[in-house]
Amino acid sequence: MWAIALLVFREVLEAALIVSVVAAATRGVHQRGLFIGGGIALGVVGAALVAWSADWLAAAVSGAGQEVFNAGVLLAAVLMIGWHVVWMSSHGRELSRQMQAMGSAVKAGASSLVMLLAVVALAVLREGSEIVLFLFGMRAGGADHLWTGLSVGVIAGATLGYALYAGLLRIPLRHFFGATNAMLVLLAAGLASTAARYLIQADIVPALGYRLWDSSWLLANGSLPGQAAHVLVGYDAQPAGMQMLFFAATLLLLWAGARWARGRAGAAVTRNEPVGMSQPAR
Amino acid sequence: MKYTGSIAFGVLLSLATSGFAVAAESQGYTLVLQDHRYQPTELHIPADTRVKLEVINKDPSPEEFESNDFPAEKIIMPKSSATLFVGPLKAGRYHFYGDFHQPTAQGTLIVE
Repeated sequence: MWAIALLVFREVLEAALIVSVVAAATRGVHQRGLFIGGGIALGVVGAALVAWSADWLAAAVSGAGQEVFNAGVLLAAVLMIGWHVVWMSSHGRELSRQMQAMGSAVKAGASSLVMLLAVVALAVLREGSEIVLFLFGMRAGGADHLWTGLSVGVIAGATLGYALYAGLLRIPLRHFFGATNAMLVLLAAGLASTAARYLIQADIVPALGYRLWDSSWLLANGSLPGQAAHVLVGYDAQPAGMQMLFFAATLLLLWAGARWARGRAGAAVTRNEPVGMSQPAR
Repeated sequence: MKYTGSIAFGVLLSLATSGFAVAAESQGYTLVLQDHRYQPTELHIPADTRVKLEVINKDPSPEEFESNDFPAEKIIMPKSSATLFVGPLKAGRYHFYGDFHQPTAQGTLIVE
């Protein structure tokens, strides 16, 4: 039972960490619980579908279907997080001002929220499909306590994810969206790096240095902190050059995009608002 | 800004050259999974060479070929096989396992 619980826990934790950051980043947004719950539900359905078509997927793209699919899912999530981060850069200040003024419950544009719903769905789909395949094999092998193991793993993973969420909520409101936005950017860069790892494994992109360094002695990929750092900031104990390139390019693009959006928003504020109105009420 | 630009370029250049310096012909190697065990449990591969690794799963349940010592993560469906590329690796011992049956599915790459 514990072997089952442990594997399920590790997969659930990866998805839960992503969901927590997204949940924190959408704090105070109208109906965001519905969006996040919907994203998780969609992800679970998607996971079953992916597991069901795993045979087909394994054979696709002359044997590289799995890598291409994983990289595609990861890069799609990167794009959507990118969209949200840029959108928040032009609306974030106004959002946190409204929240400070009214306490909570702000009606925000839904377009960016749909992007984050998709990110949640993709995260759950990717990790969930592995759980489904694993349980399918365990059931075929006649393993005991399948459902107990599954429940323990899901509850433990979700609890740790919730702990991160609760911790993030303690960040003071003034810095809140800045902090969650920075976390989203790091998350996206890490996902891009993982996508590169899959593409290298399939020999689709060159590694550009297969193993730039090995910091396993400090923080191993297989350890729990290593795994959490992998999801949250893209940590890899033995990164390839191409992974670094994907990581850096994502950071640079999102940073430039956010700067550009903030510049535009700033220009609009100075054009439309009379002097003295642009300071937030405290 | 100018400095960060040139540093970034330098890093990229060194990455590119280090990547191509060790590029060698891919050679094929095979691992077989049966009763959730790898055969052979120790697979010898050459150092500093990119290797094409075929994993054949003879079991009726899926397995995930995975390692924490080198990048590898691939699901092998029941009664089928999958290939992935490993390395170039420096000489040494690199542990791998089957994520879905960790008590038995354990093995080592001996790079020499």
